[in-house]
Amino acid sequence: MSQVPERTQANERTALFEYAPAPESRAIVKIEPSYDLFIGGEFVPATGGSLKTVNPASEEVLAEFGVASAADVDRAVAAARHAYDRIWSRLPGSERAKYLFRIARIIQERSRELAVLESIDNGKPIRETRDVDLPLVAAHFFHYAGWADKLSHAGYGPDPRPLGVAAQVIPWNFPLLMLAWKIAPALACGNTVVLKPAETTPLTALAFAQICVQAELPPGVVNIVTGAGETGAALIAHPDVNKVAFTGSTEVGRSIARAVAGTRKKVTLELGGKAANIVFDDAPIDQAIEGIVDSIFFNQGQVCCAGSRLLVQESIEEELMDALRRRMETLRVGDPLDKNTDVGAINSAAQLAKITELAAAGEAEGAERWSPACELPSTGYWFVPTVFTNVSATHRIAREEIFGPVLSVLTFRTPEEAVAKANNTPYGLSAGVWTEKGSRILAISKQLRAGVVWANTFNKFDPSSPFGGYRESGYGREGGAHGLEAYLDV
Amino acid sequence: MSEKTGKAAAKNGPLKETRAVAEAPDEVVKQMTDDAAAAETWSRVRVAVRKTYKLYIGGAFPRSESGRSYQVTSADGEFLANAALASRKDARDAVKAARSAFGGWSGATAYNRGQVLYRIAEMLEGRREQFAGEVAAVEGVTQDSALAQVDAAIDRWVWYAGWADKLSQVRGTVNPVAGPYWNVSSPEPTGVVAVFAPLRPSLFGLVSVLAPVIVSGNAAVVVAPDAAALPAITLAEVLATSDLPGGVVNLLTGRVAELGKPLAEHLDVDALDLAGVEDPSLATELERAGAQNLKRLRRPVPNPDWTTDPGLDRITSFLEIKTVWHPVGV
Amino acid sequence: MTSTTEAAQLPHTEPLPEIGQGRAPADRAGAGHLDLGAATGSEAALRRFLHGLPGVDKVGAEARAARLGTRSIKTTSKGFALDLAIRMIDLTTLEGADTPGKVRSLAAKARRPDPADPTCPQVAAVCVYPDMVAVARRELHGTGIHVASVATAFPSGRTSLEVKLADTRYAVAAGADEIDMVIDRGAFLTGRYAEVFEQIAAVKAACGAAHLKVILETGELVTYDNVRRASWLAMLAGADFIKTSTGKVSPAATLPVTLVMLEAVRDFRAAGGRTVGMKPAGGIRTAKDAIKYLVVVNETCGPDWLDPALFRFGASSLLNDLLMQRQKLTSGHYSGPNYVTVD
Repeated sequence: MSQVPERTQANERTALFEYAPAPESRAIVKIEPSYDLFIGGEFVPATGGSLKTVNPASEEVLAEFGVASAADVDRAVAAARHAYDRIWSRLPGSERAKYLFRIARIIQERSRELAVLESIDNGKPIRETRDVDLPLVAAHFFHYAGWADKLSHAGYGPDPRPLGVAAQVIPWNFPLLMLAWKIAPALACGNTVVLKPAETTPLTALAFAQICVQAELPPGVVNIVTGAGETGAALIAHPDVNKVAFTGSTEVGRSIARAVAGTRKKVTLELGGKAANIVFDDAPIDQAIEGIVDSIFFNQGQVCCAGSRLLVQESIEEELMDALRRRMETLRVGDPLDKNTDVGAINSAAQLAKITELAAAGEAEGAERWSPACELPSTGYWFVPTVFTNVSATHRIAREEIFGPVLSVLTFRTPEEAVAKANNTPYGLSAGVWTEKGSRILAISKQLRAGVVWANTFNKFDPSSPFGGYRESGYGREGGAHGLEAYLDV
Repeated sequence: MSEKTGKAAAKNGPLKETRAVAEAPDEVVKQMTDDAAAAETWSRVRVAVRKTYKLYIGGAFPRSESGRSYQVTSADGEFLANAALASRKDARDAVKAARSAFGGWSGATAYNRGQVLYRIAEMLEGRREQFAGEVAAVEGVTQDSALAQVDAAIDRWVWYAGWADKLSQVRGTVNPVAGPYWNVSSPEPTGVVAVFAPLRPSLFGLVSVLAPVIVSGNAAVVVAPDAAALPAITLAEVLATSDLPGGVVNLLTGRVAELGKPLAEHLDVDALDLAGVEDPSLATELERAGAQNLKRLRRPVPNPDWTTDPGLDRITSFLEIKTVWHPVGV
Repeated sequence: MTSTTEAAQLPHTEPLPEIGQGRAPADRAGAGHLDLGAATGSEAALRRFLHGLPGVDKVGAEARAARLGTRSIKTTSKGFALDLAIRMIDLTTLEGADTPGKVRSLAAKARRPDPADPTCPQVAAVCVYPDMVAVARRELHGTGIHVASVATAFPSGRTSLEVKLADTRYAVAAGADEIDMVIDRGAFLTGRYAEVFEQIAAVKAACGAAHLKVILETGELVTYDNVRRASWLAMLAGADFIKTSTGKVSPAATLPVTLVMLEAVRDFRAAGGRTVGMKPAGGIRTAKDAIKYLVVVNETCGPDWLDPALFRFGASSLLNDLLMQRQKLTSGHYSGPNYVTVD
């Protein structure tokens, strides 16, 4: 009975309940050595060269994939235009719906495979891909499938029309979920799409291309072009696209807004954030701690709506920080495929360098840095969960989006001060507020200039719940009836 | 109206008539041309008080800080008035005033905003003739046509006034999320909106772009170009006397080419309505400038028909949807 | 009182700490400490203190418990957890139909849960009604296994304090090492906190050297805010353990209610109070469930509480599932109900 520890050992009070490794099997996933573009329903070689995608937890090369050249993008847009003119814009909404329902079902059927693939390519923990990303991906397709034949009831007039060909560029932090947020409403409204996944996480988008084939989606309705920034720029600038949808950094969002100036392209942008998470002295402390952890360590903090600025009422700062540190000691950092991992790998070396640089700036500017004792794997891209106290509003770590597991803690004395500090940023994507007083929640959430306010919770998402920012966090909403507007000619 | 004044109106437009001679009885005007009786007549004449057209910023009517003005002429080139030629700094002051007013206006109850807007319509109705005169003068249209435009403007204002307390019900949602959470989305005003009003129709166009911006709680900085300045400033006089808090609407008169860039680049402006920017390359330039802080944007539409049902489009262009989550549990 | 000398001669015994020698409170004097004495100074002070505790958000607490429930415990850690869970069981029979024969049979199972495997640990205690204490005492003499008795007009507690105290003294006199009392939920729900406090303190005094477990009957308190307040009230009044349920009311123990009580236990010590134990009871039937509870203990209070002296399971059918899982780990194949004993 070798697995059972010796009784003497078990008798020791200090015996630790060490969780043995519990890795999710990789066998469920088959990664090809190389991948082509998906254009007009077929996998076709790219003419712009190739790139490699690596497993950020091990730096192992996973696969090669094509870089779509301007000519490839042109072919993809032409395929989408053809499919729009000949098929998709003529197909009744009820029939479009059935394709989307099919896709949703196939995603559910293959959800474990996709979850593992996402964890391998992105570095995020399997617990999140399995319990958050994939269920939301399937739900998003289900939600918008049902809209396809009900658009006349959505509040955009009796017969709202699609826009045409949508150019969609998505980030690496939620590769498949962002794909779902883009493709599901576009198709439901009757548009066809050309989507470019991020160059560090192309694999689930390419798996989605196979799902389109399995669903027998008409060729050209969905086209996937892989590549880096140049491919994305070519796609957005293409004269035959009617709609541009982008999720990513505010910097790139700005350049897109400039690029489409003077055209008739409809644009929606979901960009960066520097969300404040406000904790009042009457907050439900244990749940607030969980909320803080979810707000900044979910997906290694690589979340545009991360609660990266903790605003805590000064009277409970010490108590709250003690509790937060104690909680952070229990975070399990490591192998993304281990079912017990809470914090996985940073997506890329470049992102790791950026986080490292900003954290160093925090220290240099005089903020106090703390991380739990934590052994990080020797290969791969890792950053230990970190919290900065004594942060002032002028510090870079209080103003710039770090996009990593780094929390900046600031204090406040009155509700007015909390709101003023929370709104003191060019961003406005999300915010959090923790208090047991109902009227205060309503007042504060009214005053916060942010598209999503989580009160006594954080980082919750749902296909029926509109998501999107104020100010430099972008414009347009994704999710629910509001999300249809981005893909209708209204 | 005498033949003489009718002729004057035809020549100079009713505006000039209004300001210079309308106060004088017909027989006095007749006598004014009679040399023999001139001396006697002049002793009895009343010279009309002219109106000065200034800017409208923060509830006050300042001249341009630059001290500049420009001649507004009628459609056939006659002098009508000197309007203040707003500068970059006036634009800056207007944005500042708008930002200060935003909190109070957006925080007012929707019912209150609706009441204030309806009050504005009442005041417009009271000055119906005056607006018609100005519109006819600057656009060179007939009095009937001008009156029709004024009526349309008043009716549109009333239509928008009624939207104040209905928007949230039409554009807000309660979202059936899959979990124990209360989830509500509601529209909120974007903030400070820079509006480029169309040159024509001068009053109806201005009302059609301004009312949808402020009804939801936004504050506006409006550029009324060239000759559209005159009815615009008269509208400002209405706004100033109708319970609308100062700074909610700020009116700059002058040139789009000069005021466009500072407003499009201003980082405390949240949105642009380029309706009145007729030059496509300038519109593109302003759109590009607005990208710096991701301003919400309405592009100009070539040859717009202002008379069609406006729908909610212009209101929703300057709204943000805020979604609030809260757990549901005992 | 058990004899550790005798217990040491038995291969599977694992003596619990001497009754009456609670573990020393952690030395955590500091600014964060509450004045726990002042909290109980008056009815008003007690109310202020209990209502000043941070609230519990139901959805957040349940989400936290559910997420901890997704921990995957495999191989060596599973073996560790199964044995630990067995050692934490208060093997319980609380039926009107209980007889000396039934209790003798249960005691035998407590001593040697898996007759086929001498490496299988024994349970922590056998839990019975007061009139069965003497039988259990005889059967468990010298084993290190405690005898626990419910008392105070279990399960409703609806009688006079005199009767409750007499019930307690009777059980202690018959040889109970541990007393599981019930609080007056009626008094608690109507805000008569001092009355509940005084009753617990009185029962504690009647226990003498016996350990006192205070049953909150969380299924009747309904809200987590009430559970947190009742937990603190019981600890302030002298509880050695706080316990979720009688097992006679549904819902009995749940993972989130256990989480909330463990947070109270953790915070009580951090505030300068004693180290108090915790016992979920009722409704925990599978090894998988038991392991989830251990994960919650581990990640809420830390390894100090991963000990039968500070954490117990009030259960009966749980033991057999733990044994079957244990056999599976040993043999590599699934076991069946006929390979473990019925009680």
